[in-house]
Amino acid sequence: MTTASNGTPAIEFKDVVKRFGDNVVLDKLNFSVAQGDRVTLIGPSGSGKTTILRLLMTLEEANGGLILIDGDPYTHEYKGDRWVEIPEKRRRLVRKRVGMVFQQFNLFPNMTVLENITEAPIHVLGKSKKDAVERAEQLLEQVGMSEKRDFKTNQLSGGQQQRVAIARALAMDPEILLLDEVTSALDPEIVADVLGVLREIANTTDITMLLVTHEMQFAREVSNRVLMFDHGKIVEEADPETMFTNPTHERTQEFLKAVLGR
Amino acid sequence: MSDDLQALVDRLPSLGDAVLVTLEMTLGGAVLAMVVALVLGFGARTRSLWVRGPSRVVIEFFRGTSLVVQIFWIFYVLPQFGFKMEALAVAIVALGLNYGAYAAEVVRGSIESVPTAQWEAATALNLGWFHKVRRVVFPQAWALMIPQLANLLIQLLKGSALAFYITLHDVFWWIDNLQRDTRDTFFSYGVGLVIYFVIAYVLTWGMNWAEERAKRRLGRGTRPRLRDVFGLKPGVPTEIARVKGGVA
Amino acid sequence: MNEEGIWSWEKAWEVLPSLLRGLVITIEATVVGMVIASILGLLIALAMRAPTRWVRGPLRLVVDFIRMTPLLVQLVFAWLLLVDVPPLVIGFGVLGVHYATYMSEVYRAGIEAVPPGQWEAATALNLPKGRTWFAIILPQAIRKTLPGLGNYAVSMFKETPFLFAITVVEMYSAALNFGANTFSYIEALTMVGLLFLIVSYPTSLLVRRMEIRFA
Repeated sequence: MTTASNGTPAIEFKDVVKRFGDNVVLDKLNFSVAQGDRVTLIGPSGSGKTTILRLLMTLEEANGGLILIDGDPYTHEYKGDRWVEIPEKRRRLVRKRVGMVFQQFNLFPNMTVLENITEAPIHVLGKSKKDAVERAEQLLEQVGMSEKRDFKTNQLSGGQQQRVAIARALAMDPEILLLDEVTSALDPEIVADVLGVLREIANTTDITMLLVTHEMQFAREVSNRVLMFDHGKIVEEADPETMFTNPTHERTQEFLKAVLGR
Repeated sequence: MSDDLQALVDRLPSLGDAVLVTLEMTLGGAVLAMVVALVLGFGARTRSLWVRGPSRVVIEFFRGTSLVVQIFWIFYVLPQFGFKMEALAVAIVALGLNYGAYAAEVVRGSIESVPTAQWEAATALNLGWFHKVRRVVFPQAWALMIPQLANLLIQLLKGSALAFYITLHDVFWWIDNLQRDTRDTFFSYGVGLVIYFVIAYVLTWGMNWAEERAKRRLGRGTRPRLRDVFGLKPGVPTEIARVKGGVA
Repeated sequence: MNEEGIWSWEKAWEVLPSLLRGLVITIEATVVGMVIASILGLLIALAMRAPTRWVRGPLRLVVDFIRMTPLLVQLVFAWLLLVDVPPLVIGFGVLGVHYATYMSEVYRAGIEAVPPGQWEAATALNLPKGRTWFAIILPQAIRKTLPGLGNYAVSMFKETPFLFAITVVEMYSAALNFGANTFSYIEALTMVGLLFLIVSYPTSLLVRRMEIRFA
């Protein structure tokens, strides 16, 4: 698998197991993402893509295996041969490097647009209010939402909310950005706007990105690796060009045929 | 009737103190109830059984035994175990614990109706537990809680009339005295109930105002109409009522 | 008070029979009170849908007035006013009327929760108004009100001790009488509390199950 020049992958899954009841979603999954990689996860729903992102955000607990961020154990580690949970305090240090944008935006309705963006930088990163506001304004400019600065979040359309959510995640200066079907809840004519914002971020930063999306054209443009999942396993891995024009695995061919409607 | 009015005028100076006692019990009880409700409400939804179990037991205990029994138990029995409190304190503690147990369920329910996604978004921003609750979850739950808490506040006010039986000089005491003075039950109790009604009405306005404010903070507020604040039941869905027409 | 300690099991045992007699009155008051409240509450809810505000307005005021003033004061009021009526009957009546104002809200919510499509379907079938109410709307609405009714029954049960103020010997008064005669308030009052818990906790569990089923 690909590793970055400095050797340590940004994300590494080692034998990760995740079950929901009897349903095994991830079965001893192994993969890694190099620093600065843009990796797209594709596959039918229920194949475990979103679970991977949620594990990386500690929204789900793994049932086995290790997740490493920059080589640091994140939610669990081995003490001797005992697999133990890492306490919240230490998790927070690692989680600081990870940001996430959700399908349903999940902005805080009790805060204004600006407050949504400055809340965590002030209270988690300990930035001064002035710095946080300055940075937030710069990000709002970047996502084209400057004039909505003081609006309440539910005065915004879905596309606008998602752009704010992207700014909110970026305000934490994450090394890794998780994008979970960020355009699935949007009206078709708005999707291009949001993708435009993301494309610009991809082009102007070196943030490691892990995205789950059904926008194959977008995945092709921004990512440098595509992983095809089925039943909690990686069935095929390739660069986007190969994956979308000349997939080798039968499952991938079927899936792409269904999604692209050709 | 003119005798009644004369007696009423004579009694008016002591009404202020009586109302004050009732308000002290109501507001003191409400503050204590809110503290109890927050502790038990959050306690009842933690993952640890050692916190959740006792929280549930306390909630069910104070909900299950009657307020009347509680207030008299604290007043008559507790001193025999060496805990003696002033009557006003007894009333506040009893009202606070009893309605706090009810409010705990309101707190728990409202916290649970804040979408999980909000907790998740806060986790994704690496906020700590207390911070998540204080800045993200509670402000949203608060708007849901207020109507039910308003209801409990009125119940608490009504329950405070019991204090008359543990020697407190509250509004009920004042009514009782007026009745003795005038020997006119209808007049004295009529006036007395109106006083309770006015207090309840004012408290309801306050809560309606708080609700409108909380909703506005969530960006859901239309500018509050006078009807919403001064009506006794906020947010009656008039549009539904109109569709369905009148009585048979 | 007892020599060996503050609490005497003997006394606690002794008070039980009179408490159980009180419990019968308590339950009686709850049942009769709830029957009155259920019927009167429905009538209020229906009257509140009257087309003219000249009915709705005054009725709303009366209902709010009863709902927002203390049950205890209302009980004593009615008791002092109606000297010839037995206290227990006054208890039934006042509990019933007071809770009818709560129940009317439950019915209102139940009626409003019937989807508009049901009314539209009834209109489309050209059903007369009375038939629409009795065959279509009320059966659906009342089903939704059952948990509310259960909740208020439990709540009324716990408010029956207010009847002590009008000399009805329900559980709490029975305990007071016992205490006055034997100076054993501790046992008597504690046992009352436990009896309330023993009856109301299982009942409220039942109501919660009902809530889940009818939700």
